[in-house]
Amino acid sequence: MSPSQLTRLILPETVLLIFALAVLMGCLFIKSRHILGALTLTGILAAAACLPGLSQTAPGPYLGMLLNDAFGSFFKVTCLFISGIVVLISMGYRSLDERSIGEYYFLLLTGTLAMLLAVASNNLLMIYVALEMLSLICYFLAAFFKNDGYSSEGALKYFLFGALASGIMLYGISLVYGLFGTLDLSAIAAMLSLGQVNTAAAALILVLVLAGLAFKCGFAPFHMWVPDAYQGAPTAVAAFISVGPKAAGFAVLLRIFVSGFSALYIPWTNLIVIISVLTMTLGNVVALSQTNIKRMLGYSSIAQAGYILIGLAAASSLGTQSVLFYVFVYALMNLGAFGCVILVSNSIASDTIEDYAGLYKKDPVTAFLLTVFLLSLAGVPPLAGFLAKFLVFAAAIDSQLIWLAAAGAVNSVIAAFYYIKVIKFMYLHEPVPGPVLRKPPALQLALAITLTLVLAAGLLPHLFLNHI
Amino acid sequence: MALPLLSLITFTPLAGSLVILFLPKQKVPLIRWVATAASLVTLALSILLVVRFSQTQTTMQFEEKALWIGSINVWYHLGVDGISVGLIFLTTLLGFLACLGSFGIQTRQKEYFFLYLLLCTGMLGTFLALDLVLFYVFWEIVLVPMFFLIGVWGGPRKEYAAIKFFLYTLAGSVFMLLAILALYFKSSPHTFSIPELTANAGLLPLAFQIPVFIGFYLAFAVKVPIFPFHTWLPDAHVEAPTPISVLLAGVLLKMGGYGFFRISFPVLRDAAHFFAMPLALLGTINIVYGALVAMAQTDFKKMVAYSSVSHMGFILLGLASMSSTGLNGALLQMFNHGIITGALFFLVGVLYDRAHTRDLNAFGGLGAKTPVYAGLLIFFSLASLGLPGLSGFVSEFLSLLGTYPVFKAVTMLSTVGLVLTAGYFLIMLQKILLGPLNPKWSNLADINRWELGTLVPLGILVLVVGIYPLSALQYQAAAITDLVQKVAGVAF
Repeated sequence: MSPSQLTRLILPETVLLIFALAVLMGCLFIKSRHILGALTLTGILAAAACLPGLSQTAPGPYLGMLLNDAFGSFFKVTCLFISGIVVLISMGYRSLDERSIGEYYFLLLTGTLAMLLAVASNNLLMIYVALEMLSLICYFLAAFFKNDGYSSEGALKYFLFGALASGIMLYGISLVYGLFGTLDLSAIAAMLSLGQVNTAAAALILVLVLAGLAFKCGFAPFHMWVPDAYQGAPTAVAAFISVGPKAAGFAVLLRIFVSGFSALYIPWTNLIVIISVLTMTLGNVVALSQTNIKRMLGYSSIAQAGYILIGLAAASSLGTQSVLFYVFVYALMNLGAFGCVILVSNSIASDTIEDYAGLYKKDPVTAFLLTVFLLSLAGVPPLAGFLAKFLVFAAAIDSQLIWLAAAGAVNSVIAAFYYIKVIKFMYLHEPVPGPVLRKPPALQLALAITLTLVLAAGLLPHLFLNHI
Repeated sequence: MALPLLSLITFTPLAGSLVILFLPKQKVPLIRWVATAASLVTLALSILLVVRFSQTQTTMQFEEKALWIGSINVWYHLGVDGISVGLIFLTTLLGFLACLGSFGIQTRQKEYFFLYLLLCTGMLGTFLALDLVLFYVFWEIVLVPMFFLIGVWGGPRKEYAAIKFFLYTLAGSVFMLLAILALYFKSSPHTFSIPELTANAGLLPLAFQIPVFIGFYLAFAVKVPIFPFHTWLPDAHVEAPTPISVLLAGVLLKMGGYGFFRISFPVLRDAAHFFAMPLALLGTINIVYGALVAMAQTDFKKMVAYSSVSHMGFILLGLASMSSTGLNGALLQMFNHGIITGALFFLVGVLYDRAHTRDLNAFGGLGAKTPVYAGLLIFFSLASLGLPGLSGFVSEFLSLLGTYPVFKAVTMLSTVGLVLTAGYFLIMLQKILLGPLNPKWSNLADINRWELGTLVPLGILVLVVGIYPLSALQYQAAAITDLVQKVAGVAF
């Protein structure tokens, strides 16, 4: 394709790269976190504005590895949105060290770049490189509190686990190359459908590749790093890690199953079902006993990934649609919840659930916001989380996976308990007197946006579903 | 006619709650006034609905339909027929009276009335929704305000009761969600519309109907409540503040029974026949077990709560009979029980506000001290135990009459429950009203005009329906005849 077409397609990533370097070099001169944050946000908005419209969908991959299709565009918008909200949240996060804030925004922007590359790529090597880049950035971000033991511990666990999972994934990818002679997903699909390749061998190799992805998304049994990393990392980073790599990971999973190893998709639903049930149950049951809200949200993220897997297990167009909707809504809810946690920790400097007691009196707006996000995570109508769960269960039942849907339903009830526990502490207990600090406007904006979208997606979902 | 009456009825409380949200929390009288106005307007609209309701038409009336989520064929579809019109009137009436009763709430009034009106919207929407997803949404919307209302303004064990209520009801509801999805995917074209599913119900095989019926049953069984899923009720009722107990017993329990009438029986007909005997048995267990446990209570409120469990058993009996008489009795029992038990909870509240105890053994001799209260307590207790001439008798008798030809032994057992009911109510009356006056209560004030105002309308209804049952039955007769035809029951 022509250079101008290529430039147009690669523009968002280029813009992000330019702004990332600008922020990195700018932080040598500009010390104000607000200006740097605003610069980062401008970069993200510019990249979003540069997204090639669907009318420019090129017939084939560009740069040999990247696809510009509706699926990729949806995830690109989601990832940019996630980054934008995380930047807003970070601008309001007081605990972030002023001196290294430039590096922080640089890492966020390059992380976004990695996500955009990952969701658009049709080639396993590109997927690997992009996801690795994202992982490395997340390791750095998780360790951002340089003097905090928890932060280093969480990041180290994240890194070690991640390195192992990446190694396994790379091994799997190299075996794929050995078996298929190509790393392009569409070519792999063609070869599988023509029966040119031993399906059993392909299945075995797929396990290895999926191991890496399962780690990224935090499925059981690769979830061990999640609670420690979320608890230790700065809360804004935890917000980013909980939604960004997961969105990218699910995009890649869908691509691999739907357009790559599609011949293996239906036989594999059993395995996906097992992982889904394991993930949901483990996440929910362990979350019940948590006393730290970030850890609790970490386990809740694991469980939510399990619900999204139900949609993947359905292996139908309704299933894919439900996964996309759930990923988007999940990003909204989780970012909102973490944003509220930041607001509260700004004031009370604690992440223990018991310290949230009586928040309705000290800070009614935050208490209300957190209640809405937690209820949405629990799946209570008329919020977005309910509709997401509804679509996922619908997809499961449509594909005759009744027991999976029933397991999801039972898990929703178990999960409701720990979400309600936080709400109970906020509203039913009396507060310990303490200061309520002024709320950063950037954070308020982020929360306002996520709240509006959660309500909108719950009451008027056709606005969003029509784009999927 | 152009006025979207049903949407107005459903969302006027919500509008009121949004107005309250923007009022400053210090202006308590203004907040109360807005809430009362909202519930009064809703009541007026529902009376308008009853007046304009056609008693002979069997199809849905006042229908409103608009596309909501196109990609999965979910519609915003409201409608009313003989089955729901009585329950709508009951909800708006109790909603208004309990709002008046809520003036005794001393703390956080703004949040209270905001949640209260939200609750009203949820309850009304459940009775009016004709799309399964809309029904489910409104069903669940009731949970969150109720959780807060019990958890914040309740008694000593309020948190436990609130969480128990929430989780129990949610657990039942998720199975209903699965059943709804099953019905959706089985229908062709895929639809969530209750009238459409009812029309095509003949095509569903029994093997499919049975698990779906069980799914719906689990949700309704928790709400009604049916033994053994009733254990949330005593805690929730006892710990909730008085006006919330009135709404819980008066309306929320009816949502479960309504579900049987609206969804389980018309759509899953063969499964309904299949489960008729178990339903009848469970109804009897409710009646007898509930009555026995009520007799053992020393807490006044808990006794009334268990009496609720007992009276809801008659609804199950009537449903199981699948006869026109039995179904009429069951539906009327829902209306009557709401009125009578609502009044009983108000009366408990009157006593508790003055004495700050509900221990039956602590009272005595109040018959002379507070004669007006005593008269009302006797009146509503007699109504509850089914004295002929008052409304309770009509519905219980119709249920038993309808069930007797079908399940003789079960009906005979249930009649024993009537005796037990009389037993515990009379024991309660004796403990509170008769005997020597406990000197602690020598300064107890009689019922005041405000409280009287909340009870007299209910008393009038009890009397009117008791003496002239057709006044209530005429609204539901056509719909029940139609239901019996659909479910292939006995026209007796």
